[in-house]
Amino acid sequence: MRLYAVVAAGGFRRYATYRIATVAGVFTNTVFGFIMAYTYVALWDERPQLGGYDMSQALTYVWLGQALLMTCAMMGGGFEDELIERIRTGDIAVDLYRPVDLQLWWLAGDLGRAAFHLLGRGIVPMLLGSAAFDLALPASPGIWPAFLVSVALGVVVSFAIRYLVALSAFWLMDGAGAAQIAFLAGMFFSGLLLPLNLFPGLLGEVARALPWSALLQVPADVFLGKHTGWGLVRAYGFQAGWALALLLAGRLLQSAATRRVVVQGG
Amino acid sequence: MAEAVAVDVEGGPAVVFAPRSRVVEGVRAYGLIAAMWLRSTMAYRASFVMTAVGNFAATAFDFVAIMLMFSHVDVLGGYTLPEIALLYGAAGTAFGLADLVMGSMDRLGRRVRDGTLDTLLVRPVPVLAQVAADRFALRRLGRITQGLLVLGYALVTLDIGWTVLKVVMVPLMLLSGAAIFGAVFVAGAAFQFFAQDASEVQNSFTYGGNTLLQYPPTVFAKDLVRGVTFVVPLAFVNWLPALYVLGREYPLGLPDWVAFLPPVVAAGCWVVAGLAWRAGLRAYRSTGS
Repeated sequence: MRLYAVVAAGGFRRYATYRIATVAGVFTNTVFGFIMAYTYVALWDERPQLGGYDMSQALTYVWLGQALLMTCAMMGGGFEDELIERIRTGDIAVDLYRPVDLQLWWLAGDLGRAAFHLLGRGIVPMLLGSAAFDLALPASPGIWPAFLVSVALGVVVSFAIRYLVALSAFWLMDGAGAAQIAFLAGMFFSGLLLPLNLFPGLLGEVARALPWSALLQVPADVFLGKHTGWGLVRAYGFQAGWALALLLAGRLLQSAATRRVVVQGG
Repeated sequence: MAEAVAVDVEGGPAVVFAPRSRVVEGVRAYGLIAAMWLRSTMAYRASFVMTAVGNFAATAFDFVAIMLMFSHVDVLGGYTLPEIALLYGAAGTAFGLADLVMGSMDRLGRRVRDGTLDTLLVRPVPVLAQVAADRFALRRLGRITQGLLVLGYALVTLDIGWTVLKVVMVPLMLLSGAAIFGAVFVAGAAFQFFAQDASEVQNSFTYGGNTLLQYPPTVFAKDLVRGVTFVVPLAFVNWLPALYVLGREYPLGLPDWVAFLPPVVAAGCWVVAGLAWRAGLRAYRSTGS
């Protein structure tokens, strides 16, 4: 356990090193936040209460999306490129030989990364957004910890998806195709472009049931106070269920993959 | 953990250039380097097709989101879906063209950091051409295709009273728009000589600008519209010429003739971007690694 805490701290520190990149990222998140916020204003001007959100809730959703974009790695990014590279080059054989669990090792590092991005790239855009627009911040203080739990579950689901993507490199050798599909699905089905509540009919039902909705839609709804009491438990259950299922799938794929590893001497 | 050292295969063909004008030399060098990357991409045709399709799909989701918005409303900021499609298609095509030609510019910060820029400096070829042509990626045609399809949908659906000037305006808008975006790419890269870690700032002007222009100016606050008209003149990429084609009112009460300014604005942007690039290149100090 101590080991994984150290790995997580390492993940945090590693991203904390890139200070200018963080400032640049905050700038970008803020610019996109403004552009999207104005388009949402135009949309909600036309149809107040669209998707069950009022105007300030819709604007809060926009800024939450920008704040969580890197934390929940909705468009990918983080460890998977490195893991794909290690699989491609064969360095993975060294990793498998280590007395640590491969999946937990990468998960710990990714949690550290997510924690840094939540602080480094989440808070400032949210503050700037709330300075420029009337946002619906939680009325009761209990919502904040509830929201953080939901974000943490979202990060685990995101990790589990990206772990599967990375492991596909064992078979595909080049992870670019799988990574691109994950990027597209993450961008669209997390609700980053448009809340999933606004997706019509069957598309909406499917989108809300897919794991990506655990990355933004669910945490945002927790933040907006849409899930309370048993509803909150159900929301957590949805996220945790996907997290477990996908982590388990990752385990199975990992053991299948490691049987394929042939260590070449040299 | 042993970090794998990435060996960047620098492979500009060794060509000796006769002394000519810098521009001709640059274009020639660009062509040669781009052709080399083209050959290397075409060695893996299936991979090229997949990434091009992915590029197409990635940008298409933007427009799908707009269509989903229009499943709830009839107008957005006073504009109908085909009208927004015209703005979207024009911005997307112009941006796609700039991205195809100059899209590698945002790698400059990384080159400064890892020291690979030095190898470009010692070659007898303009650095700008080398950086721009680096990893020339034909898969970016996916983005252009998507923009053109949306533009085509708009032009077929809209009931426009075509005049000669309006017909001329469409290709003029795409080319000048691409040139304006291209200048933004160069200026952004010049900025990275100073802030090496800041490629995201560049992205917010290029990708962010593209996203902004996909919606009508009526959606945005006046100050923001002023900013992208007079400071970073993105409004000339598509808003002003497209509103002329649509016969709609310009933002900020601008006069009629501004719709014909994009080529002039593009030329001005390139002068500024060129000066910024020179200043950046002069200030460059190698990391020595």
